[in-house]
Amino acid sequence: MNAGIAQLQMQFRDYTISLYQQGFLDDQFTELKKLQDDGSPDFVAEVLLLFFEDCVKLIGNMARALDKSTGTVDFSQVGASVHQLKGSSSSVGAKRVKGLCVTFKEYCEAQNYEGCVRCLQQVDIEYKTLKTKLQDMFNLEKQIVQAGGVVPQVDID
Amino acid sequence: MEVCNCIEPQWPADELLMKYQYISDFFIAVAYFSIPLELIYFVKKSAVFPYRWVLVQFGAFIVLCGATHLINLWTFTTHSRTVALVMTTAKVLTAVVSCATALMLVHIIPDLLSVKTREMFLKNKAAELDREMGLIRTQEETGRHVRMLTHEIRSTLDRHTILKTTLVELGRTLALEECALWMPTRTGLELQLSYTLRHQHPVEYTVPIQLPVINQVFGTSRAVKISPNSPVARLRPVSGKYMLGEVVAVRVPLLHLSNFQINDWPELTTKRYALMVLMLPSDSARQWHVHELELVEVVADQVAVALSHAAILEESMRARDLLMEQNVALDLARREAETAIRARNDFLAVMNHEMRTPMHAIIALSSLLQETELTPEQRLMVETILKSSNLLATLMNDVLDLSRLEDGSLQLELGTFNLHTLFREVLNLIKPIAVVKKLPITLNLAPDLPEFVVGDEKRLTQIILNIVGNAVKFSKQGSIYVTALVTKSGTRAPDFFVVPTGSHFYLRVKVKDSGAGINPQDIPKLFTKFAQTQSLATRSSGGSGLGLAISKRFVNLMEGNIWIESDGLGKGCMAIFDVKLGISEQSNESKQSGIPKVPANPQHANFTGLKVLVMDENGVSRMVTKGLLVHLGCEVTTVSSSEECLQVVSHEHKVVFMDICLPGVENYQISLRIHEKFTKQRHQRPLLVALTGNTDKSTKDKCMSFGLDGVLLKPVSLDNMRDVLSDLLEHRVLYEAM
Repeated sequence: MNAGIAQLQMQFRDYTISLYQQGFLDDQFTELKKLQDDGSPDFVAEVLLLFFEDCVKLIGNMARALDKSTGTVDFSQVGASVHQLKGSSSSVGAKRVKGLCVTFKEYCEAQNYEGCVRCLQQVDIEYKTLKTKLQDMFNLEKQIVQAGGVVPQVDID
Repeated sequence: MEVCNCIEPQWPADELLMKYQYISDFFIAVAYFSIPLELIYFVKKSAVFPYRWVLVQFGAFIVLCGATHLINLWTFTTHSRTVALVMTTAKVLTAVVSCATALMLVHIIPDLLSVKTREMFLKNKAAELDREMGLIRTQEETGRHVRMLTHEIRSTLDRHTILKTTLVELGRTLALEECALWMPTRTGLELQLSYTLRHQHPVEYTVPIQLPVINQVFGTSRAVKISPNSPVARLRPVSGKYMLGEVVAVRVPLLHLSNFQINDWPELTTKRYALMVLMLPSDSARQWHVHELELVEVVADQVAVALSHAAILEESMRARDLLMEQNVALDLARREAETAIRARNDFLAVMNHEMRTPMHAIIALSSLLQETELTPEQRLMVETILKSSNLLATLMNDVLDLSRLEDGSLQLELGTFNLHTLFREVLNLIKPIAVVKKLPITLNLAPDLPEFVVGDEKRLTQIILNIVGNAVKFSKQGSIYVTALVTKSGTRAPDFFVVPTGSHFYLRVKVKDSGAGINPQDIPKLFTKFAQTQSLATRSSGGSGLGLAISKRFVNLMEGNIWIESDGLGKGCMAIFDVKLGISEQSNESKQSGIPKVPANPQHANFTGLKVLVMDENGVSRMVTKGLLVHLGCEVTTVSSSEECLQVVSHEHKVVFMDICLPGVENYQISLRIHEKFTKQRHQRPLLVALTGNTDKSTKDKCMSFGLDGVLLKPVSLDNMRDVLSDLLEHRVLYEAM
């Protein structure tokens, strides 16, 4: 069903482009895609999986650190986690998350509790959104492959 | 009285007598008539009877007789004149025929008799032929037996089987009671009973060979009948009852290997014979027939042939066994020799080391001693010590080299080097001595001489040094010219043709000196070790005489040739050698390490197998960096902490990427500690590259101060990383990727 494949491919292209345009992904993600080859065919998926697990862990750490009920808030610890998250997100090209981490870091340094809490919530929402969106993109890829087509290279200018 | 024409009998017939006569005549007539009929009948039956005419005559005669008798019947009574007439006619006819028959029989009866004799003769002949036929059949039987026997005998090459089979088969064919074989003993003076048919284990029984009966048998090649009482025939317990059967003996020639010369038939003079004795069953009326004797003779001959074949085979088997033994022995000897050589080499190597160590000590300390304050006598002594020990060291080296060269265990150590530089260095070494002797040395390198070549640098140096050194040593005045060029044409030695192949060429070096020269007759001796031309001039100069021999061996190893030309004593000489060298791929490119090279990054730089270490605390970025490097073909090891990094890092890793994200100096410590780890093997230290998100100068300065070889800005793109790796491996330093 060539028409079906072409349609799927078109869909995939549009969706991918939209992700970039909406700022969810940046060039680093493109770089990441370049690293996927016959030797490591699921490289991107593996990296993203690791990233999201990391997110969960770090956000948990941050949440615990920002929990006032245990005592005073250790901003350095929060900062450390934020720093980690920033590094991770920049590695995978999660633009929005990275941006949020930058802001988050500033609040940590300023020891702005409310700011931190707010950022934390935003980060949580943001990574989950990204996760869903990426999931959709992967589903499209899978559909194309199952239909016997080839996943198109999407060049972002 | 009437006259009647009838004839009356003279007397009155008696009635009875007349009757009897009447009847007899009747029967006679019948018989006379029936006999010819029978004759005709039987003659008709049988086709063969040559005398029909006689039969006819006989028949006529008988018929007429019968007629006569029949007509007689009528004459008993009164009969008419007609009857008398008929009677008379009949009688006349009968008389005629019978006379004729009688006359005929005179001719015929001898013939008939001769037929009989011929028949007799033929019968005899037939009987004779029958007899002869029987004889031929017997002979043919015999022939068959002989063939069968021969086949049996010849089918084996084992001496004992041959002899045994002979006896068995003969016994069977001729239905013998006993066969025996007497073989001559080693001394040749006796015959020993070796084989018998019936008795399985004959008692050791010998008979002197000089018995007349034995001589008689040996004297002829025919089978000889001998007396059953002769010593050779007395094999069974003699019991008086039996009438011993006839005995025949025949000689069996035993051909010895030495009888067979290549172009000679076996000599018949010195022959050894065995004796075969055959006995017919006792108490039978059998006699030896001629054909049986012939059979025996034929068999004896066949046995002789078969035995000689067996002897030849034995001989060749023995020779083969001997050869195999020798092979084994040779193999053992070879292995022993190899072990000996190995042992000697080991010994030499060890001794060499053991000898060199004190030698070096002596040389080193003597040199040091030279530097100190010494009185002139002391200085002279020290110089002598130094010179002698240097000489000794050279001698040791030469001997070791030569012995390694001789048994082919020396191998060239190939490497790339600068040929031009090599020449200049050699000349620099020689120059001091040459200057002292006021001998200018000129070096002339051909313009097409490649600069970078592949070969054994050390040994080539040795060769050139040796040749030029000799030139200097043996020249008192004049000058020395050293020329190096690429040669293509054939050289002086006619069996050595120079063919420059693709990546190889032949270097020719000519060293001309104006020294003492060499007598052309001495030239071949030059290259033999330890030989030196014994002119006074050379006696004073040192050296072991090994130099040229070693040089020659090296030149040969390099697939080249070396020779010396001289116009005679006092006219100087020219040493020339050719060696095969490889052309280096980087030839004619200046590759000085000081000049920065423009990085020409190939699009697909090959980093396959390049071992790198990635240190990053962040799992995700660690994974991404790893993926990047793996994609470029590197072998990546990841660690997540500095401690782990220190444990894992080794000289195998060419680059260490470390993530420095936190400010502060802790991360940089790792760099210092890696430096520490590799102080001893500085050249094996991996390159250290920091991955950081900070772009400011302070980070860069800090990195530099902590001994990092480069800084990279995160995140690194694929192209960026590729360029970076190329640059790093080229220059071992990278500070521009900011």
